[in-house]
Amino acid sequence: MKPPPFSYHDPKTVAETIELLGRLENAKLLAGGQSLMPMLNMRFVLPDHIIDLNLVQGLSYIRENNGAIEIGAMTRQRDLEFSDVLRAQFPIMHEALLQVGHRQTRNRGTIGGSLCHLDPAAELVSLATGYDATVIVVGPNGQRELPFAEFPVAYMTPAIEPNEVVTAVRFPRWASDHTYAFIEFSRRHGDFAITSAAVLMQIDARGKIARASVTIGGMGTAPTRARELEQSITGQAPSPELFRDACESCRKLEAIDDIHAPASYRQHLAAVLSRRALEKAHAREGQRH
Amino acid sequence: MGEKRKIALTVNGKRYEEQEVEVRVTLADFVRHQLGLTGTHLGCEHGVCGACTILFDGRSARSCLMLAVQADGHDLLTVEGIAPSLDELHPLQQAFHEHHGLQCGFCTPGILTTLIEFLRDNPDPTEQEVRIAISGNLCRCTGYQNIVIATLAAAKKLQTGAAQSS
Repeated sequence: MKPPPFSYHDPKTVAETIELLGRLENAKLLAGGQSLMPMLNMRFVLPDHIIDLNLVQGLSYIRENNGAIEIGAMTRQRDLEFSDVLRAQFPIMHEALLQVGHRQTRNRGTIGGSLCHLDPAAELVSLATGYDATVIVVGPNGQRELPFAEFPVAYMTPAIEPNEVVTAVRFPRWASDHTYAFIEFSRRHGDFAITSAAVLMQIDARGKIARASVTIGGMGTAPTRARELEQSITGQAPSPELFRDACESCRKLEAIDDIHAPASYRQHLAAVLSRRALEKAHAREGQRH
Repeated sequence: MGEKRKIALTVNGKRYEEQEVEVRVTLADFVRHQLGLTGTHLGCEHGVCGACTILFDGRSARSCLMLAVQADGHDLLTVEGIAPSLDELHPLQQAFHEHHGLQCGFCTPGILTTLIEFLRDNPDPTEQEVRIAISGNLCRCTGYQNIVIATLAAAKKLQTGAAQSS
């Protein structure tokens, strides 16, 4: 199908974008277009106005900043994939991105677009959850910062007002010797994951897990941290038995039933994928020594 | 008719000026209907099948997931622009011909454009890498095997060519 009629706006600045958002009724922001364009083509959305962010200056960057990495909202997924800074300091990003759609969609798709679309199976949304990222939002009254835990308010609904725009996301850095893994299960490469697991893990000098972040994607209305699992492995020495037993708690996470899989299957995948991701992260750590 | 704008762009090295286009028209429809370049195919129109893949400033993109107005000032390559001349095929096209990488041909334009970028970024790929590269392109004849064989053969030929010319 074809997009319905709309008026097209291509602001050059964030201020101009906010002014348009305040003035226009039923407007949609167009970032990389890899989710909004299919929705327009299929007429799932019928906006009166499209505000294209592709010409807005200053929204595409990867910046190191006070122990964090800040990424402009319009930074393409491809640029994240090929960033040396991210490869070195944020290696899970590369592993996750290779599972985000395909080269053709990553060339256009943006990090801000993915976070605001907020698909519960989206890899970048899982990473923002796992890192406790901070979303930077600009509106008519200036800038505010939002912890990612407060960003999803409902299924595919971010906590941003109609006259606000996400300009960047900030990821706190983990110590340089942290380990990681991103694993997902989908029917074909590049499809939406039925369930995914993202692991960040810090192992201390005594060989104990000092810190762990485990995020399960594709399960509920938004990716969720497996808090019980994180708590039960922290302070312990990593082992296949520890991971196997601890990951069972993921079966209790809330899950949705849909055409792709029943909730019970997603819960099963959550237990299996979190175990595999922890084992992969641990094996990766072992290879360094 | 809805809101219109004038755009100027380069497609396959040819400059198009003052093209009036309705703002809701996708880049794929603009290329096909307004420029008459019907080699770019439309399968699903929601970014899944890959048939409409073109190179946008040298990077592969789904032209059904872009608006024509977004191409203003940009440089496009479609399947029509791949061959060096009217009677000579690009080595990738030649390899598809020789290894029976085409069946019905519907997915071919999107696969060729995807692979042009892929082989430029990765001139010596493994079979697995080729399979991942075309994972965003659906072949309804399910003839992936010969597409993979043709791509690996083209990679070899392109590398030999590059070695000879340097």
